[in-house]
This record gives sequence, C-alpha cells and structure tokens, in this order.
Amino acid sequence: MSRTPCLAGAAAVAAFALAGCTSTAPTSAAPGAPGPITVKAADTSCEISTTTAAAGNISFAIANTGTKVTEFYLYGTGDRIMGEVENIGPGLTSKLIVEVPDGGTYTTACKPGMVGDGIRAPFTVTGEAPRSVNENTKLADATDGYKRYIASQVAALVPKTQEFADAVKKGDVAGAKALYPVARTYYERAEPVAESFGDLDPKLDGREDDERDPGVAWTGFHRLEKELWVSGLSPDAAAVADQLVTDTKDLQSRLPALTLTPAQLANGAKELLDEVATGKITGEEDRYSHTDLWDFQANVDGSQSAVAALRPVIDDKDKALGPTLDARFKAVDDLLATYRVGAGYKLYNELTPEDTKKMAEAVDALAEPVSEVAGVVTS
Amino acid sequence: MTIDDRPVARPTQEPPPRGFSRRRLLGAAGVGAAVAGVGVAAGFAVAEDKPQADGVVPFRGQHQAGIVTPAQDRLHFAAIDLTTTDRAAVVALLQRWTRAAERMTAGAEAAPGGAVDLNPEAPPSDTGEALGLPASSLTLTFGIGPGFFDKLGLGAQKPAGLAPLPAFRGDQLDPALSGGDLCVQACADDPQVAVHAVRNLARMGFGTTAVRWSQLGFGRTSSTSTSQATPRNLFGFKDGTRNLKAEDTDLLRDHVWIQPGDGPAWLSGGSYLVARRIRMHIEVWDRTSLTEQESIIGRNKGEGAPHGSAHEFDTPDLTGSAIAPDAHIRLASAQQQGGVRILRRGYNFVDGSDGQGHLNAGLFFLAYMRNPQTHFVPMQRALAGKDRMMEYIEHNGSAVFAVPTGLGEGDYWGQSLLEA
Repeated sequence: MSRTPCLAGAAAVAAFALAGCTSTAPTSAAPGAPGPITVKAADTSCEISTTTAAAGNISFAIANTGTKVTEFYLYGTGDRIMGEVENIGPGLTSKLIVEVPDGGTYTTACKPGMVGDGIRAPFTVTGEAPRSVNENTKLADATDGYKRYIASQVAALVPKTQEFADAVKKGDVAGAKALYPVARTYYERAEPVAESFGDLDPKLDGREDDERDPGVAWTGFHRLEKELWVSGLSPDAAAVADQLVTDTKDLQSRLPALTLTPAQLANGAKELLDEVATGKITGEEDRYSHTDLWDFQANVDGSQSAVAALRPVIDDKDKALGPTLDARFKAVDDLLATYRVGAGYKLYNELTPEDTKKMAEAVDALAEPVSEVAGVVTS
Repeated sequence: MTIDDRPVARPTQEPPPRGFSRRRLLGAAGVGAAVAGVGVAAGFAVAEDKPQADGVVPFRGQHQAGIVTPAQDRLHFAAIDLTTTDRAAVVALLQRWTRAAERMTAGAEAAPGGAVDLNPEAPPSDTGEALGLPASSLTLTFGIGPGFFDKLGLGAQKPAGLAPLPAFRGDQLDPALSGGDLCVQACADDPQVAVHAVRNLARMGFGTTAVRWSQLGFGRTSSTSTSQATPRNLFGFKDGTRNLKAEDTDLLRDHVWIQPGDGPAWLSGGSYLVARRIRMHIEVWDRTSLTEQESIIGRNKGEGAPHGSAHEFDTPDLTGSAIAPDAHIRLASAQQQGGVRILRRGYNFVDGSDGQGHLNAGLFFLAYMRNPQTHFVPMQRALAGKDRMMEYIEHNGSAVFAVPTGLGEGDYWGQSLLEA
C-alpha cells in the first residue's frame, strides 16, 4: 500500500488549480533550457515556471512556500505516476528528476497537506527522447524480462483472487482465510507496478484508516481481511469481493501499455524492501490476520526478481555488488525459512521482539546494497 | 539544501587536506552562518588534542581523540554488534569507517561529494544533515567489546580488562541497553554533527554490523581540562571537580593509559572505557531538602565547595566529620580508593518521559581507565553498597570496551588488533 494514496474526484480543486496555474505560468523557458523547472508550491497555488519541456530527463525544483507539508507529482495517462517527491516541509526545496521519453500531455500536481487530488495543471512534453532502455540491449532485456515477471504474477493474481472472492461469497470463512495470504502473495510481488497506477492501489490494498474522499468506501483485501478475522462478513462482502476481482482485472488490462525504465526497476526493488521495513516487520500490513510474513516473503521475491532482471547490467558496472546482493538475499530467505510452518509462515503475533530484531537487521543489510542498484545501472 | 545553494566546488581528494570543512565547500552561496572556532579556551590543552581555530580536532595522534580532548557539550554514543564472523568483511568495514571518520572530523562529508554531487539516481552516500555545519570539534573514539574477540576467533588477544563486571548491588541492567561488540563515541559542539557521524557509520555497517543501542547526551558532566569550568549534572551539582585532566600527564600515565606489559601488546597506549546508563529519579531528588542533597554529595550546591572548606577546588578534608561518612565524594575519593583515579567523560541525558509523568533522565557515565577491575570495580562496589545517592539512581545499562591507542598515518581502527 502506497503511503501517498491518490484520490479521485475533487473537481472543484482541479478547476481552481487550472485557473491558478494558467494565470501565473510564464512560457519563457525554452524546451531543453538548462536548470530545473521551478515550482512554487503554496497552500492554495502551484506555480510552475514553464508548462512545457523537451522529452528526456526533466528536472523540477519544488519550493514549498506554504504552511503545510506538500508533495509534487508528474502524472501520465490514467494518473500513472511518472515521478513524485514526498514530504516537502514548509520552507524547504526538493528536487525531482523524471525520465519522460515520450512527448504528450502530462499533469503536474502539488498536494498541500499530502492528500487529495492536489492542485493540478496540464504539462506538455515535446519531441521524443531516446529511452535509456534502448541505449543498451541488456537494459532493454532487463525491462522486458521484468515486465514478463510482472505479467506472470498478475496472471496468477486474477484467478487466485477469484477463488478468494468465491469463498467469501459462499460465506466459507475458513476457506477464504486460507486463500487470503496466497492471493496477496502475487499482489505483493508486483506491488511497485500496481502502485504506479495510483488510482488502483488504494482500492485493492487500502487500509481502514487511510484518508478517502467523502463517499468513497473502503474496499480491497484489507476490508475483507477485517471482516473475515474480526467483525464477520457484512452484507456488502460479496460486492466488495466482486469489486476486488474487477480491480485485479483492471490492473491486468493496463500492463501491456506499461513502459518501465531501468531506474524504475531498481527503485521498485528498493521500495519493496521499504515496504517490508515499514509495513511487515511492524505487523501493520495484515493487522487482523497477522499473515505479514507471507507478504514479507512476496516483497523480497519481487525485489529479487527486479534485481535479477538487471543483473547483467549490474555485473558490467560493479563487479562487487552482485555477489553482495546474492549473499544478502540468501540471508533474508534463509531467515524467513526458519519461520515456515507447513505451506505458510508463523503469524506475526507469534513473533518475539528478538525475531523482529533479526528480521530488521537482515532487511537493513539487504536494502543498503539494493539501494545502490539504481545508481549503478544509471551510471 | 536547495538547488540554488549547491556547492560550487567539489571535494576531489581523499583524505581531505587539514582544515577542510563542509563550510568551505559552500563557496559564496551564502550559507554564512557556520561559525568555526567554538569557544574552547586556548592555553592549557595538550597540543595534539586541542581543537584548531576552525574547530577541527586532529583525528590521528598518540592517543585517540575524544578522551583527554576538552569535553565537548554533545554526545551520541553507539554500541554496535557484529552480525558476521567474516574477518575480511570486518576489516573492510573498519577501513571504510576510518576514512569516513577522518573526513567527518575534518568537517567534510562522509564521502567526497556524497551529499548532493553524485549520481542523482542513486541515494546520496552522505546523508546530508551536516552540510554547511563546521567540524564542531567532532571526535570519534573507537572501542572494542568482548564479543568482537569471540566472533572473530581472536580469543588469544582478548585483554583481561574486558572480563565481565560483577553484579553490583542495586543494578537493574537492561540487556537491550548493555554490552556491544564495539562502540563509537561521537562528541561534538553541535548535536547534529555528532548524530550525523553515528548515522553515517551505522549505515555503512549494515550487513556487517547492527547498532545494539545508542545514547544521546547533552551537557558534559565532567571537565577534562583545566581550561573548562566545572559543569553541573541533573541533580544540580557541579560534577567532576576532582576529575583527571588532560594536563595531569603523570596521573594519566598511571591511571588512564594502558602501559606496555599491562596486557596484550596491541592495546598498549590505549585505555578501557566503562559506560553506565544511570537513570536518576529526578522527581524524588527534587523533593529532597537542600541540606540533605548537600549531605549526600558532600559539597555545597552553589559553589561546589567540599563541606568544611570554602572553595570548589579546595582539597576535601576527609579526616574530620564535616563530610558525611556515606557522602558520595568521600566514597569515590582517591583516598578511599587506594589512590586510584579515573577520567570521567559523562553526559546528562533526557530520553523524553517514562509514560508515568517522570523524566527518563540521568547521567550517562563514561570513564576511561587503565584497568576496570582495579579502577572501576572497587569504586562502584563501595558506592553501590554505601552511597546514600543510590536511593535516587538506578544503573540500567552497562558496557566495557577496550579502546586502542591513537592512529598513525594510514592506520585504520582496530588495525593493531586485527594485524597483531
């Protein structure tokens, strides 16, 4: 689950934003001009120094001139996040570099307070840039290989989620409980891609306490998790189950149009470990079922697959990194294996502080070299 | 750090030239607030440990910095465990740590250009929160705990001084706040500089080490140089009046520096560090009358004069009855301890509150000595058994480290042991 949910609606805010930005946006900066595009992000406005840029790496410098912590996004079609920067405190400036190889119409957004649709404006990218994907056959192979991995995981996610939904609809609580961590495994392996579709992840994987727009109900895996383990199936459960299946199919339908850069692969590998560190080792993700270790393993699997896809490039550029990654992934896998029970894992609420300390140490040891991969493959 | 005040020059050398500072990297960009030369009075300190004009304490020298260096006001102390038994990996980390430590004590980033000047697609190799800050008299002092020898098969080199301390009366030791295979003591005039140093070293260690516990401290509770005024601890009393000082070179030789023949040769010229987290029952102390407080300490609270004397630095008269038989300064005195002295370098700490409305506060006791068994154990045993102050304190963390001697050019932390 993303910590920056992207919420639908709020047309009034968008309209205001358009007015605000068009009235202040100068167009002087020529495409390809040196220096970053400056963004003045205030509480009620989002002033961008230009609304056009040439394809390629586009740099933004976002200054928070308001009083709330803010975020800045560049969205592609369907609100796919091309790049984003979080947690810009009042008075601070952050930098965002986004690789945009294709010309077209994109959307910028400042999000004062970090929630809602944000203050949006159209942003035009002109021309085409050679994708770094195509600069090197190995990089192209890496992204193609990883896309095939994601497609295979989502191809399994859809029918497994259907099985889970069917059990819910039959009122088969025991069956649904058994299928819940299994179906989630495929989602958690593919999570960076699923999260890149900002509107889907909150529907599939949102938490009860996430902020949603008025009238938007809590749906997805965790809604059913709570009903199965804690509150009992509600009259809406069948509809929620159907919606969950629909949303997984929606995810699958969007994959063919997906393009990935090597840096996105590498960052996805890192983000999966961030998810483990902040969501799974804390027991926060599956707070009702306590099946966090299934998700933990799935996140690590997904991270390892992204790194494996990039491995030929890593080996070309940094001979020492690959063996370190191998050893650290193995250490995490070996540690998790000691918590296996049958086809699954110990429950989170059966773990001791000593257990979670060991896990945190192993994930720290792994995440540090994984965080180097993006720099290595883009060097 | 914004785009507009990026450094105009980049560090290209490693190690940096002496006096190099983060501040200078910023060029004319207007980060002018960095004032160097933090008020360390000139005159008395031993030359090699005296901060230079720009607040840089030399990293290499006869002894490690951070022991007799005039005590800085801020501390971040980290006790660290090895998570591997691979000696080559540990050596590689210690070499990397030493390079980074030397850079940071000089006021530079942990790695050249590390904060903002490297590949923007990669996480910065320096975490950046000390950009623009001066060296701030940062010292990084490295120590080795018992587990280091056990995990790396170095048992034959383990010095006797690392034997476990006995259980003292009243100890309430928390294993999560005790022990450690090695330690880094970061002291600086600016807390952010000390925290930055520990944070970056901890990050480099992932996969080889893991921080076991760490302690922030503010307000030194001891003077380690005659150039410094005696500070107060959280009981409100001057602390460390009779501490060993950098200028007492004969006493340091006899009581702090490990001499040839004391133990394994690799530790010669080093010292032992005893760390104790001493929680103070602040609120209970605050309800105690001034007379009682002064009687417990054996000094008056205002001036710090020993009972029966007029001035702080008067030698306490332990022959008469002015100082109570169970007063802290009597029990801890060299006269009562067979002439034994230690060099204290402790800090006040307040780790927020304890959830019951009381400050989680006290004194993080750090002391350097030639042998814990002869210098710390008898003293602490006497205090734990008789000191009336024990009603107001509780020891809940404890660790002992062997602190190797100073580094020569090109040496790395722990080299004398690992290549012994």
